[in-house]
Parts: sequence; structure tokens; C-alpha cells
Amino acid sequence: MYKIEVKNVSFVYGQSTPFETSALTDVSVGFEEGKITGLIGHTGSGKSTLVQMLNGLLRPTSGQILLDGKDIWEKPKEISKVRFRVGLVMQYPEYQLFDDTVRSDISFAPKNMKLSESEIDERVREAAAFVDIDEQILDKSPFELSGGQKRRVAIAGVLAMKPEVLVLDEPAAGLDPRGRRTILGGLCEYQRKSGTTVILVSHSMEDMALYCDNIVVMNDSKIFAEGTTSQVFSRASEIASVGLDIPSIAHIANKIKGNGIGLTGNLYTVDGVLDAVLREMKGGR
Amino acid sequence: MLKDITLGQYFPGNSVIHRLDPRMKVILAIAYIVAIFLAKSVFAFALVALTTLMLVIISRISVAVVLRGIKPIIYVVIFTMIINLFMIKGEGEPLFSLWRIRIYEEGIYRAVFMALRVIFLIMATSIFLTYTTSPFSLTAGIEGVLSPLKLIRLPVHDFAMMMMIALRFIPTLVEETDKIMNAQKARGADFSSGGLIKRAKALIPILVPLFVSAFNRANDLSVAMECRCYRSGKGATKLHKLKFSALDFVSLLIMAIFITAIVLINKYVTVGFSL
Repeated sequence: MYKIEVKNVSFVYGQSTPFETSALTDVSVGFEEGKITGLIGHTGSGKSTLVQMLNGLLRPTSGQILLDGKDIWEKPKEISKVRFRVGLVMQYPEYQLFDDTVRSDISFAPKNMKLSESEIDERVREAAAFVDIDEQILDKSPFELSGGQKRRVAIAGVLAMKPEVLVLDEPAAGLDPRGRRTILGGLCEYQRKSGTTVILVSHSMEDMALYCDNIVVMNDSKIFAEGTTSQVFSRASEIASVGLDIPSIAHIANKIKGNGIGLTGNLYTVDGVLDAVLREMKGGR
Repeated sequence: MLKDITLGQYFPGNSVIHRLDPRMKVILAIAYIVAIFLAKSVFAFALVALTTLMLVIISRISVAVVLRGIKPIIYVVIFTMIINLFMIKGEGEPLFSLWRIRIYEEGIYRAVFMALRVIFLIMATSIFLTYTTSPFSLTAGIEGVLSPLKLIRLPVHDFAMMMMIALRFIPTLVEETDKIMNAQKARGADFSSGGLIKRAKALIPILVPLFVSAFNRANDLSVAMECRCYRSGKGATKLHKLKFSALDFVSLLIMAIFITAIVLINKYVTVGFSL
């Protein structure tokens, strides 16, 4: 079942000005409940626009966004309630930090939700723990932290809302490999524990292969492909035709298959392919 | 929301006015202001109105845009009109009098003339400067016009550079403000409800990150400029050197004729009201 569904949505920036550009044209796509769905596409393919529609920051020029089957713009005055249910972590979220201490910054959203003091305190600690931020750091100024720590604090600021749907726009952009693993691994663990529906925007196919259940590919303001990770990655040549690339290991697996060796299973992560090759070798004997 | 704010409002184009040298445009704009204030009689005003209309047509800026530019000052115009209407004492009998309020014919004329002056002034300067001149060539134009002041050791180049950098970063800051606002809205920030104090407080989550990044950016920029040995324009040459063309001189000549015409009309055409 779809947790959040986009129905025939179009969006035009700067309507009826000389700078009118269409960012989305008749897009329909669903995001499955309790799954991690990856959203890939080139810069300018409409990903960020789509993402900002999911929590009502942008209102579709036409079409609907359905959350649990209900149009989020049914009551425009209550859109802030939708924003608490659909948490959005924007690109480079560390630029949104503003408060004196990490603790009060993370509690900004829960405070806006008008939760009780004890509930806020509980949520801040929980969110900080998920992104691996120690208790001592909570009383520091966010501006003293390193880049990776700032990023994690900013993500915690959204996690503290306990959203039903968590949308992350390139949460690992500009981080070193270790920072990427900490953030993406942490999110994955969070998802498993909480059962949240997660939508992950990324450029990295390797990351997608590792962490996502489903993948949606966008190109030129439209949905280009969607399906489970293996379904999408089996369409390597189509994906290459829009200038995106599948993980290197999936290329190798496809080549092996092309030579008449039947591999089965997860063929887009190194471990998966290794397993498949080993199984094939044993079976052959 | 913030994207609707257009600062400078430059409309790219290739009209005669677009092609003028920015220095000449600054001079022409000043001359035009002088002309507007020289006009004193009905006929002189009619001439100014006609030329302003001509400017709009020549620049190929849509009339709607020009009229929209007047909107923000409409209250100033109405205010000056009211002041003039009530404060001017004429020679003849008042047209209308109630208690101590007396309205004279002269008051009405003066109110209308004042309103027209302000409106023409805004229309003409925005056509010469903001609508048809990109912010960068405008800065170059102002630098050019002010360059004689270098003789008395005013750092004209530094002022121009500062202005240019400020203009350059306006869109960047607007975009950044937009992003930060969205990020805080995503965390449930509410900027549009509550009293004055609550709304002012709601701005803190926007202003703090904005200032932090603006200072960082300024620091980065100054380091980058020093790395490229920027020394405040000493011995620097320009990529696009400004050069007066025949068109500029013709426009200056037309302006001179225009001002002369207004002076002559003021002096010799005595029909109708004059200030």
C-alpha cells in the first residue's frame, strides 16, 4: 500500500512571467509504506521540486498529493500538520542550525508541535542517539561542531518530529565515505526500528543499491522508471540512455550473465554478486 | 514567496535606450530630472508628458511594467497632492471654503503638477537606469560619472566595487533566505501568524543562519580576491571598456534641445496656468 502518493502533479515556476519553467509534468508515483525508496535523477530533473511538494512547501500547479489517501491540500490552513507528519531534511541541512545549543536546536520542531517539556526532552535525546550525537555535545553551540556533526544534528532536528514519512534530499552530499556510512547506515537502522516510510534522494547509485528497497528514476520533469531496486537496475541500458549509471558491480554481473552464466539473487551489491557467483560455482560442480 | 521580489528589475533588450553608454544614461537621467523641475506651464508639462511617453515606447518596456513601478510611490503622490491642495493660497476668491479650509484654483493646479512631476520622475529614471541597464553596467556608469572625484582622492573605484558586490549577492542571499525559510517551515516554523513580537521572534531562526553564511561568504570572497592579487583597481584594465558612440552624442543633443524647449515654453507661451 502506498503511504504517500503523487497523482498527476504538474508544477510551473514563475507562472505567467518571462521566466516560466516547468519543473514537473503530469507526474504520478507512489511510495510504499515502511520501505526505503530511492529517488534518482540529474540536477534539474525535478527531484527537489517533487520532494518539496511531499510536505506541502510547494503547492502543485495541478494534481494531488495523497497522504494515507487524503489530499494534503484539502485544508490549506492545516498544512503545518502535514509538515509534522512528513519530515523533510533539505539539502545541506546544516545551514538551518540557529540556536544557542544543539539541544535547543533539535527541540525547535517538537516545540513547534507544542509537546510537553518532558516529551520534548525525551525526543531530543532519542533523535540525538539515532544520529550518534553524544550527550556532551548537546550543550555545545551548533557552530562549534564539525561539518559531519552539524549535518547529523540537523537531521536529528527533523527526526525529533517522529514523522510518519521521512524525506531526505541528498543527506550525504559533500561528506567523506566514513561520514556517508555513518549517516546512511544510521538512517537505515532508524527506519528498521521505527518502520518509517523513507524517501531518499541521492546521486550515488552505490548508496541506492545498498540502502533502498525501491527506486524511482526521474528524467526531464517526468518519472522515467520505477520498481524494486533489482527491477530498476536490470534495465541498465535504458538508465544509461538518460545519462545515469547503475553501480559498477551491477555492470560486472550483467556482463557475466551476458556470457551465458545464470546468476540469480541480489546482483547490485558486491556482497550479493559474490554470493551469486559462489552459488553458481558450487552448483556447477 | 521571496522569488517575487525583483530588485533592480532589469529587462534585457536591444532598444536604442538599452544600447546607450551607461555613463550617458546616468547623465541623461539627471538632465531629465532637471528638465522636469524646470517645467512650469501647462504646455511645458504637456511636452514632458509626451517625451516620457516617447521614452516608454522607444525602450519597448511594457506600459504595464512602468505603471507597476509607480504603484509603490502612489501614497507619497497622494500625500503631496493633499498638502498642496490645502496649503496653497491663491490670489483670487477660493473655489471652496469650509471653516478654515480654503481651496484655490492655484492649489489644484499645483497639486496636479506636483503629482505629475513625481510620476514622470520615477518613470523616466527607471526607464533610463533600472529597466534598461543591467546592475553591472549601471555601476560602471556611476563609476564613470563620478571618476572626476578621484582627483580629490575619493575612493570612487572602491565604492563602485562595494556596490557591485552588494548587487551581485542580492540574488544569492534571496535564494538562501528562501532555502532557510523552507527548512524552518519544514520544522513547523510559522512566520505568518501571531502578534508583532511573536512574528519578530519567528525571524530569529532565519536571520541567524543567514548572517552566519553571509559572513562566511564575505570572508571567502575576500580571501579569493586577495589570492588573485586584487589591489583596489590600481593599474587594472577593463574587459568591457566603455566608449561613447554617435548614438550617445545624438541623445545628449536631443536632451539639450528638450531642455531648451521647456525653458522657451516657460518664457514665451503664456496661455494657461503656470507656476
